[in-house]
Amino acid sequence: MKHRDSAASLSSTLIRRPIRHWGWLFVGPMLLAFCVGFLYPFFRGIYLSFCRFRTTSDAVFIGLGNYSRALTDPGFVHAFWYTALFAVVSLVIINLLAFAVAYFLTQGIKGSNLFRTVFFMPNLIGGIVLGYIWSMIFDGILSKYNTSILMKTEYGFWGLIILVCWQQVGYMMIIYIAGLQAVPTDMIEAANIDGASRWQTLIRITIPNVMPSITICTFLSLSNGFKLFDQNLALTAGQPYLFAADGSQIRTTEMLALNIYNTFYSQNSVSRGVAQAKAVIFFVLVASLGLIQLFATRRKEVQQ
Amino acid sequence: MKKLIIALLVVLMAIAPIFAQPVTEAQTGSVYWLNFKPESDAVLQELAAAYTAETGVAVKVVTAASGTYQTTLTAEMDKEAAPTLFVVGNAAAVDTWGDYCYDLKGTAVANELTTDAYNLYDANGKLCSIGYCYECFGIIVNTDLLAKAGYKLSDIKNFATLKKVAEDIHARASKLGFDAFTSSGMDPSSSWRFSGHLGNIPLYYESVADGWTECPPTLKGTYLQNFKNLWDLYINNAAVAPNTLAVGGYDAEAEFGKQQAVFYQNGNWEYDALTTKYGLKDSQLAMIPFYCGVEGEEKAGLNCGTENCWAVNARAKEADIKATLDFMSWMVTSAKGTELLAKTFGAIPYKKAAAPANVFLAQANEYSAKGHYVMTWAFNYTPNVETWRAGVVSAMNQYDANQTDANWETVKTAFIQGWAAQYKAANN
Repeated sequence: MKHRDSAASLSSTLIRRPIRHWGWLFVGPMLLAFCVGFLYPFFRGIYLSFCRFRTTSDAVFIGLGNYSRALTDPGFVHAFWYTALFAVVSLVIINLLAFAVAYFLTQGIKGSNLFRTVFFMPNLIGGIVLGYIWSMIFDGILSKYNTSILMKTEYGFWGLIILVCWQQVGYMMIIYIAGLQAVPTDMIEAANIDGASRWQTLIRITIPNVMPSITICTFLSLSNGFKLFDQNLALTAGQPYLFAADGSQIRTTEMLALNIYNTFYSQNSVSRGVAQAKAVIFFVLVASLGLIQLFATRRKEVQQ
Repeated sequence: MKKLIIALLVVLMAIAPIFAQPVTEAQTGSVYWLNFKPESDAVLQELAAAYTAETGVAVKVVTAASGTYQTTLTAEMDKEAAPTLFVVGNAAAVDTWGDYCYDLKGTAVANELTTDAYNLYDANGKLCSIGYCYECFGIIVNTDLLAKAGYKLSDIKNFATLKKVAEDIHARASKLGFDAFTSSGMDPSSSWRFSGHLGNIPLYYESVADGWTECPPTLKGTYLQNFKNLWDLYINNAAVAPNTLAVGGYDAEAEFGKQQAVFYQNGNWEYDALTTKYGLKDSQLAMIPFYCGVEGEEKAGLNCGTENCWAVNARAKEADIKATLDFMSWMVTSAKGTELLAKTFGAIPYKKAAAPANVFLAQANEYSAKGHYVMTWAFNYTPNVETWRAGVVSAMNQYDANQTDANWETVKTAFIQGWAAQYKAANN
């Protein structure tokens, strides 16, 4: 009954007419900002990836050359696989930890609000600052073993994993807590009465019901993993490097975003178009991964 | 329809101020200087204000934050009001920005130069940028501490004597209360002193031997051993452990300022901080050349050169180009202009330059007067300089942590093969 009322009121001409006539006033500024701040740069960027340029207004069309140079750059190929590995590992660890923490903090233990705040707080610190802080922490430990985080690719990799976990677990935890609190208590009660164990309740009732949260969190942590930049720059900046026989560098802990940035700025103008091509490839990659992942997990969600 | 017109008018009103521009400046021309030395910003603002007060021409000085000059320049050059005066300091920058450079040949300001040594030309011989100051670097010595350790400056004549003095001081460091060298941190705040400046040893000597006139496609690395000699001396005769250098975080300037070490590799730009911030006296300070075991190095002088070169934006409005050139010649000829430039940059290579008060620059001139050779800045030829240096730093970090021959081979690879790879990347 209630449902029909609201539908009726929405379709009333008294409401619909002003929306139809004045809607642009509300949508307009946002649309304009979206075009200026997103659509224009986006298409301009795609165009520039086919050009040789120094500044964005001074570009010469050269065709697909930038793409072939990007795809044959061993540093870029390395950064791609390294980033993919990093994104998958960080996705799994972050979500497992975040879910576990959220689960325990919704069991009514004492001081859970305090814990939630504390776990969330690292998320408020900027990436560059975090990178330097953790660099000091890791160095404090590793120097005891006569080494440092810049010495081995493995150290850089796990160091960055620890850093992003510390930063993002709290954020994902908040989303999971919201999801866990929305699980209908009558279902859990019913399961209890039927004699389901705690484990069975978790697997059969809780997890299917928090599937929307899992979708959001995996999506966020996957795309965060791919887009990581500040922390990567501040923690290792790609060190240690390997040198190929021809002397070209492979920065073994450099991720995609940092690789693109370094290509754009620290080489001469020839490489700017290449960096742009890399950025377009990067976009296609992140967007399609996100879509596939969204599609795959959406199907598992429980419709209430 | 009426609504649509109203809507368009509203939008028009909203964006109109964006396009409104003051008309007056367009006629007389104005100057926009994109400066890349953060430490000079205050003086340059003063300079701009003085010029505006004298002539009424608007001068805007914008300083890019440390390490962001290239990104800032890229963004600013795209704007309607792009910089009219900017910095093109080495061969790679000429490659990138050459098209934007106004040919300065024969301009009033170029005619005031005392030397052609700091000017940069493109492949067609266009004068892309002219030096506006020059700098020198070497090993700064605290002569008081040296005396306390029982040595005189004249005891150090070449690498062998430098090594003897440094190793002796390091061995007695705990008794003396100071060490031989300051820390050689390899974090980005300090690594340029070594990948860039110390790296001038192999590059300079090779450039002389092979008579470089432009960036060579490959490097021989004949003098890399000399680079290693001095580097080994630095890291093994200091208060900090070599394997902590990669992460760094040390403050070598403060170590030297607080008299904790005798030797500190850096340049004349340190003079201000050492004398005002740390209160060292002129008589305590000296700068010696990079003694590294090259034959005939008793006649070496300091490393003098510049990456500070003015370029004028050829794509700016005619009136703005003229205003900029006028401003430049005012800076290097007027009493006020030369005084302020000398204050912030030390030595400027112009006929009417004010004498610098800087001890280190005075010493650079002394070495030249005594007939010692100047080690010019051969590193200005480096292809893709930041990428190449980053590779050298990474390889040196591995070596510092574990000083084996195998790790030194990687440093060599970063130098030699790295050069060839970056040359290729930059030139096709």
